[in-house]
Amino acid sequence: MKKQYETVIGLEVHVELATKTKIFCACSTAFGGAPNTHTCPVCTGMPGSLPVLNKQVVEYAMAVGLATNCKINQYCKFDRKNYFYPDNPQNYQISQLYLPICHDGGIEIETTAGKKWIGIHEIHMEEDAGKLVHDEWEDCSLVDYNRSGVPLIEIVSEPDMRSADEVMAYLDKLRLIIQYLGASDCKLQEGSMRADVNLSVREVGAKEFGTRTEMKNLNSFKAIARAIEGEKARQIELIEEGKRVVQETRRWDDNKEYSYAMRSKEDAKDYRYFPEPDLVPVVISDEWIARIKQNQPELRDEKRLRYQREYQIPEYDINLLTSSKKLADIFEHTIALCHKPKEVSNWLMVETMRLLKEAELEPEDITFSPVHLSKLIGLVDSGSINRTVAKEVFEHIFRKDIDPERYVAEKGLAVVKDEGIIYHTIEEVLKANAQSVKDYYAGKTKAMGFLVGQTMKALKGKADPGMVNTILREMLEKSCQTAE
Amino acid sequence: MELMQLTAVALGKKLKAREVSVREAVEAAYKQMDSVEEMLHSFVTTDKDAALKRADQVQSLMMEGKLTGPLAGVPVAVKDNICTKGFPTTCSSKILEGFMPPYTAEAVNRLLQAGAVVIGKTNMDEFAMGSTTETSAYGITRNPWNTAHVPGGSSGGSCTAVAAEECSFALGSDTGGSIRQPSSFCGVTGLKPTYGTVSRYGLIAYGSSLDQIGPIAKDVTDCATILDVIAAHDSKDSTSVKREHYDFTSALMDDVEGLRIGIPRDYFIDGLDHEVKRAVLFVAEELRKKGAVVEEFDLSLVEYAIPAYYIIASAEASSNLARFDGVKYGYRAKEYEGLHDMYKKTRSEGFGQEVKRRILLGSFVLSSGYYDAYYIKALKTKALIKQAFDKAFGHYDILLAPAAPTTAPEIGRSLSDPMQMYLGDIYTISANLAGIPGISVPCGTDSKGLPIGVQLLGDCFQEKTIIRAAYAFEQTRGYQRCPLCEKGVSRVEETI
Amino acid sequence: MTERITDEIIEYVGILAKLELSGEEKKQAKQDMTRMLDYMDKLNELDTDGVEPMSHVFPVSNVFREDVIVEEEAEILANAPAKKDGCFMVPKSV
Repeated sequence: MKKQYETVIGLEVHVELATKTKIFCACSTAFGGAPNTHTCPVCTGMPGSLPVLNKQVVEYAMAVGLATNCKINQYCKFDRKNYFYPDNPQNYQISQLYLPICHDGGIEIETTAGKKWIGIHEIHMEEDAGKLVHDEWEDCSLVDYNRSGVPLIEIVSEPDMRSADEVMAYLDKLRLIIQYLGASDCKLQEGSMRADVNLSVREVGAKEFGTRTEMKNLNSFKAIARAIEGEKARQIELIEEGKRVVQETRRWDDNKEYSYAMRSKEDAKDYRYFPEPDLVPVVISDEWIARIKQNQPELRDEKRLRYQREYQIPEYDINLLTSSKKLADIFEHTIALCHKPKEVSNWLMVETMRLLKEAELEPEDITFSPVHLSKLIGLVDSGSINRTVAKEVFEHIFRKDIDPERYVAEKGLAVVKDEGIIYHTIEEVLKANAQSVKDYYAGKTKAMGFLVGQTMKALKGKADPGMVNTILREMLEKSCQTAE
Repeated sequence: MELMQLTAVALGKKLKAREVSVREAVEAAYKQMDSVEEMLHSFVTTDKDAALKRADQVQSLMMEGKLTGPLAGVPVAVKDNICTKGFPTTCSSKILEGFMPPYTAEAVNRLLQAGAVVIGKTNMDEFAMGSTTETSAYGITRNPWNTAHVPGGSSGGSCTAVAAEECSFALGSDTGGSIRQPSSFCGVTGLKPTYGTVSRYGLIAYGSSLDQIGPIAKDVTDCATILDVIAAHDSKDSTSVKREHYDFTSALMDDVEGLRIGIPRDYFIDGLDHEVKRAVLFVAEELRKKGAVVEEFDLSLVEYAIPAYYIIASAEASSNLARFDGVKYGYRAKEYEGLHDMYKKTRSEGFGQEVKRRILLGSFVLSSGYYDAYYIKALKTKALIKQAFDKAFGHYDILLAPAAPTTAPEIGRSLSDPMQMYLGDIYTISANLAGIPGISVPCGTDSKGLPIGVQLLGDCFQEKTIIRAAYAFEQTRGYQRCPLCEKGVSRVEETI
Repeated sequence: MTERITDEIIEYVGILAKLELSGEEKKQAKQDMTRMLDYMDKLNELDTDGVEPMSHVFPVSNVFREDVIVEEEAEILANAPAKKDGCFMVPKSV
């Protein structure tokens, strides 16, 4: 009989914090900018420069720790992790090994299999590395330190996950918590959230863990899922062949769907951690913890309950709207302006999601303002524009955040309510489509729809189709009588 | 009137009174350099044109009444491990050849704001690792009292520049005695402040938890005056301490009445040269005559300071010096294959023997499996040493000790046996481990005519106490110029 | 007696510290390190049970910077041994 295996997974999740400045210097953390322009002596490892800790980093780390049920180390310190690599300008990374800021927490996840608690071993603060780009022409690498020193927290889970599903649920829950806290935008694609997967397999029922590997370079949820399946299969195959799994770091190549060992005799993996002498300990008082707790914004679970209570919208809507902090924020801000929860929800759930998908964007990338969405809803509500036009206008709001009132006025998109104009247009349409008129009288009711369509087209969609329908029918009846 | 013969404060007064111009003072420094540099080699880099240009700027600011401090217009030499923007800073290492820092160290900035004129960067042991200034990649420095002898180290160049009157005062750095020991060997006064008193921002780190910048000058008054200027809380240095006050000159009083002086019995042991011992104990006697209460006591743990120090300093150095890798600045090997080979060749060619020795040792004591046995053990020892000093300062206001077990050794004698060289640091390194201030003041010469220094140690933040005692002792003796200056260069050359 | 510092240790520490030693240098380094470590064993005489390792001499804590951008003009690339397109240029890293 074939053996049954169980996968044991722990995650190390790196999250870039949403501070304005770097962790140890006053350089901007803004994305983009020419290489090495957001740099100073500190984040480029100039001799003699010294780090000074950004207080906001500590507060974000504490907020994430509290929201994930961690205990706070009220005396925490930084350590140096020593290794040579060009993206690391000092050839050591300032991190936390011995006394990380948060420890022993966890979150509840939900999969189709039900609810489960995933433990968090610790959360520590550290600095990000710079960017290394390979230059094919010169056969060399180029180093840009703009990202060097951007604050990170690393959230280390317990090896509590057993499937890719659980990993996805855990990551999603973490992402939402952190986004809700405003501590990071958590975009996997852009690298502001990164996950390394520690994975081992063992026979079902075994007590001991198998030898684990660590997989890096996973930059999408899909890649993580594929890497888990791939690595699981690789390890099982090794065991079945009677070989041993080697404890090592592997790099996932998502195109080839295979991982490669990142081994080199030059990497001893002996980081020689020791307390960072250039930084002093962080002492966290009970009052400070209380203040962070107090300022904690409403998280998703609380928000869901409140939406149910306050807006009476379907649970489906609530789940989708709260699946992104950005979406929930826009929802709330728009409602505050127009007081139409279901209308706002529809625009966000249908049109917004469709356009995001088309453009391959995340809700976090939304740029339009609640004011403009609320004005659009107002225009539809007052009958100033019809739904077809509204959808078209919304696309412009979505892309360029235009003011719908001004746009409708400038483009002359307001609904034509003047019966005279409609009457006149229909006359023209009937003249031009004599055959369809005949068909109509011959009992082909489809012809009616065609004529309405032609009229709407001639009116550039700005008329109320119901109104066109009524007038057209009246006119056809009338001309029928005349003809008789 | 020889301008460079004056103390910094005396020259500052003349400049302020406009008896001499800043340009004249700077020119006098360069004139002296012209006559002694070939023999001594105090400096790694000088730039006369830049210094004269700066001199004229300072002069006009003084005329406008914008610079009125005691150091306005005074020529200063800066140790070459302290960053000066647009002026090479090499740590006397090949690996930093031609390095132009993009910024200026806070201590130097404070001197510049006070109107001092930087005339050059002084030679040192490579990355401050050494006690003789023989490990410099740019050649050795010689002792102006006897050029066959070393000036001590690692701030050897700064001390010879002061002793040989090539500058009015200098900045040094002290990780394990690098200000106090060469000051003693060169017959000048050097002060290591309490850890965290002078900003380390811009000081190229050797042992970050031990390094302090401090003044080197002809007398105690100068040292206190310089400290007034360079000591300040700095938000760019997280280990900078906010002190209650920063005026040190107010301690310049010839009054030690009732001052309790402890002499650690365990410092006066085998290996201490008897002439040094006699000279140092003579200081105690002088202070006793002035009303101080002198007592011998057992400090304890003295023999554990050196091993603890070398573990901590080497460990920190191995990490601090990792950044010198041929990527961002300084030397890069000419031929290599791939990244790691570039790292290895660059560092192997760029660092000198002693630096490599300490990096290897430091990497080893931090490596997996050894960390607790060495590094943690050393940090615990440090805690005990600090306790021993706390206890001592419970009884005494200052501790009196030699700055070094001998006077300056002959050139070429020390490097062959590094262990022996390390043992020479026995009287100075404890102060760095405990973070306490210490001052070395000339107190005589040995039979070979080489200077001897006495070291006064104070409790944390008690610089004023050691300044007061050092000043009181200095009043009994006065400043003795080195023979090179006293007799003139040509006379000295004849006798060699 | 077994060697305290073996060739393997010297080789390993060389990899950690990115230092390449010649045969003669290795021999010397072994000798120096062995001597230093023998000397450092002196610390084992000390009873340090229950002593808190001291990394900072003063109990200073909570030194922070506010999260405010200060862009400083510093010529970061001026000293680069090799550069291209505003970046530091290094040998291929893989």
